[in-house]
Amino acid sequence: MATHQGMRKNFIERILPLIASVSLVFLLGIAVTLIAASLPVFKSVSLQGFLFGKEWIPTAEPPSLGIWSLMVASFYVTVGAVVFALPLGLGSAVYIAELASPRVKEILKPVMEILAGIPSVVFGFFGIVFVAPIVQKIFHLDTGLCGFTAAVILGLMVIPTISSMSEDAISAISKDLRNASYALGANRWETIVKAIIPAAKSGIFTSIILGISRALGETMTVLMVAGGAVKIPGSIFSPMRPMTATIAGEMGEAVTGSPHYHALFAMGLVLFVINIIFNLTADYFQKGKRNV
Amino acid sequence: MFDAMIKAVNKRDRRTVMQEAGFLLLKLCILIVILSLGILIFYIFMRGYKVISFDFLTQSPREGMVEGGIFPAILGTFLLSIGALIFALPTGVLTAVWLTEYADNPKFVRMIRVGINSLAGVPSIVFGLFGLMFFVKFMQFGVSLLSGSFVLGILILPTIIGASEEALLTVPKGFKEASLALGATRWETMYKIILPNSVSGIITGVILSVGRAAGETAPILMTAATFYTAKLPNSVFSKVMALPYHIYALMTEGSKKGQTEIAFGTALVLLLLVLAINSIAIYIRIKARRARKW
Repeated sequence: MATHQGMRKNFIERILPLIASVSLVFLLGIAVTLIAASLPVFKSVSLQGFLFGKEWIPTAEPPSLGIWSLMVASFYVTVGAVVFALPLGLGSAVYIAELASPRVKEILKPVMEILAGIPSVVFGFFGIVFVAPIVQKIFHLDTGLCGFTAAVILGLMVIPTISSMSEDAISAISKDLRNASYALGANRWETIVKAIIPAAKSGIFTSIILGISRALGETMTVLMVAGGAVKIPGSIFSPMRPMTATIAGEMGEAVTGSPHYHALFAMGLVLFVINIIFNLTADYFQKGKRNV
Repeated sequence: MFDAMIKAVNKRDRRTVMQEAGFLLLKLCILIVILSLGILIFYIFMRGYKVISFDFLTQSPREGMVEGGIFPAILGTFLLSIGALIFALPTGVLTAVWLTEYADNPKFVRMIRVGINSLAGVPSIVFGLFGLMFFVKFMQFGVSLLSGSFVLGILILPTIIGASEEALLTVPKGFKEASLALGATRWETMYKIILPNSVSGIITGVILSVGRAAGETAPILMTAATFYTAKLPNSVFSKVMALPYHIYALMTEGSKKGQTEIAFGTALVLLLLVLAINSIAIYIRIKARRARKW
């Protein structure tokens, strides 16, 4: 009787695999929905024309639906954000993992975690009222709402991602490696730079990929701060409109079923595919780390 | 520190100089990060606290948004977060239970895990697009509390799964073995032994994800939020105002004097709300770790 009871699964246990599949089902659902809503746009524009077309005038007749300038804008702000966030995030991670006393560490880690929760719309708001005027003054620009300001703020948002994951990777390095380095006569700094960081590189790499993916997908900040100009940005100091901002900003006005409407979904599909690739890459490197 | 550097230079010990310079650089990094975020909080606090009053928190907007309060937005954000939890909490915890305790087919588990990790990386605006197409249009929920709650629920699902799984795994194997040895079934062991012993970890994850849901804007932009509605939501099919969307709308729609001030007040309310939620979550985790009996 007892064994019988032990083997039998109750109702909840039976449906657990179904419940666990919910995430996967929604991921596939998102993919299918985006593909279905994107396809009609290719009646108005070729795939090549869509990806590499230089003009985005969705309300013209006939509409120009090339997203190249928007992709370039996404590229600018994302790369800018990572250039800004990588040294600061990695430096913070090394400080917390290697230099901070246990007491300081106990304060810094939760503080970073709490700050990581500041909503993106608050960052965007701060960008408009505080950072943009400063950027405008320093660089003598027509407007402070430009790619550079967006990159700085995105960078600030990405720092906790890079910092906390890198810190985990660095803290996971075994004491043996450290001691071996000291035994060879290296001081603490040389040990950090030449032994610990190289050993933690797959974790650090993963954190950078996830940082890039977060910056690329971030919407509200770039919508509020990047300036919104629809042309191929001349430099990082030009006002620009990344893909996420375009979707968020134009969906409200796009007529349901119009080429514009479907083009915005297609842009969402482009973002989705890029982010999935980044995440699978990060996943792959993390798995590699676990096997070491 | 500078003394040490000068001393080192005097001794012409270049390696020590390098080390001191390197450490200084690291300290500078963490200082810049903490300082930037500190300035953000301080600046919004200084400009926002004058706006906040009892009326601001309890009244509806008046005079085309430049008078009155933001109560409907606070209520909307509260309802959206609760709605998201109603969907994501049971789904997330049960997924974690399955992953840690029941899953036995490695290929299937791998697929589910890739699914969860990928879902965590989907940009928030893409969740919005999906919600618009699926919940608003296909399911015909309309732009509503219900659509927004589902979208936010899917968005926080990976966080809840991750936190719950981590919490379940910290319960010592001995607890489980003792329970099974006493004749309890796997399910009894799970809900009488493992879940109660991991509840603080799960709560931490859940609260953190509520903070995330409360602050998200892009997913509710097309699925739930409206800049202004005269009446409070009276069903799950009502459009709602929400704090994050309110800030965005105040800064981008219309150009009446006073909008920016209200936006400062709203931003401060949202900021304090999210920081408080996250602080409570992390406090619970620290307390629980100290009180742990094993």
